[in-house]
Amino acid sequence: MTTVSRYQATISADAEVPIIRITRDFDATPAQLMRAHTDPDLFARWVGPDGMDTRIIDWDPTDGGRWRYVARRDGEEYWFRGCFHSVGEEQIVQTFTYEGMPEAVSLETLTFEDLGDGRTRLHAQSLVDSFEGRDAWLASGMETGVDQGYAKLDALVAEL
Amino acid sequence: MVDEAQLSKVFAALADPTRRAIVARLADGDATVGELAEPHDVSVQAVSKHIKVLNDAGLVSQVRDAQRRPCHLEAEVFDLATRWIERYRRQAQARYEKLDAVLAEMQAEENEGANQTWGSDRSIPEQTRGAAS
Repeated sequence: MTTVSRYQATISADAEVPIIRITRDFDATPAQLMRAHTDPDLFARWVGPDGMDTRIIDWDPTDGGRWRYVARRDGEEYWFRGCFHSVGEEQIVQTFTYEGMPEAVSLETLTFEDLGDGRTRLHAQSLVDSFEGRDAWLASGMETGVDQGYAKLDALVAEL
Repeated sequence: MVDEAQLSKVFAALADPTRRAIVARLADGDATVGELAEPHDVSVQAVSKHIKVLNDAGLVSQVRDAQRRPCHLEAEVFDLATRWIERYRRQAQARYEKLDAVLAEMQAEENEGANQTWGSDRSIPEQTRGAAS
């Protein structure tokens, strides 16, 4: 049975440093979230948007290990790569690059905060190397092209 | 047209809670600096500074209306910036809903019994607590 998700992602763009922060709760333990981020088969199943087929090329989730995957849709390929800088029990620090713009590297910190009761809060922070880079990234919305009404804005501004 | 440099200014302008409150107030209608200062524990001068930041970002304009100079929210700029960030948020949400499904499946497999496939993990038994369907 499918139900409407009870947890919503929140996002904020920092004013002082070029950072995007996303927070999302899950009905899972930190260990399970860690596995879903480090097991290549599991990771490939959720990382891409609908209609994208993700194939893992390199995957070494250890300190200093590298990763690389390709996402395919409609004959187009998008390659991504980076390094697992450090993989702890409840935190992953890694670099991220879209190979189409190899000089633009972001530093990602994923933290799995144990909320108890089988729930975990994911904090995903991306530090980009410039405000221009970050805002271009935010603006590069790609596939979803949703047209929103003003009703959504109140809630959003509360989150900004 | 909003370019990326302006978008940066918009995000920076909206990062401040007082300025967000001002924007929320202006969404209801135009207001003077004095009116905007009332509900906040800040001086008219401080509100003027916030208005200047919002003005530089293109979010707020001031029109001359007899003696008053009411502030006006430039809804299009606000809408565009928030739509971009909301679109990005929705992508994250869609991705994490897929992750929800993967996690639910992992838990179902773990609950299926001792011959689970994810290696030893002492957090697993706790997941069986909701036995009543």
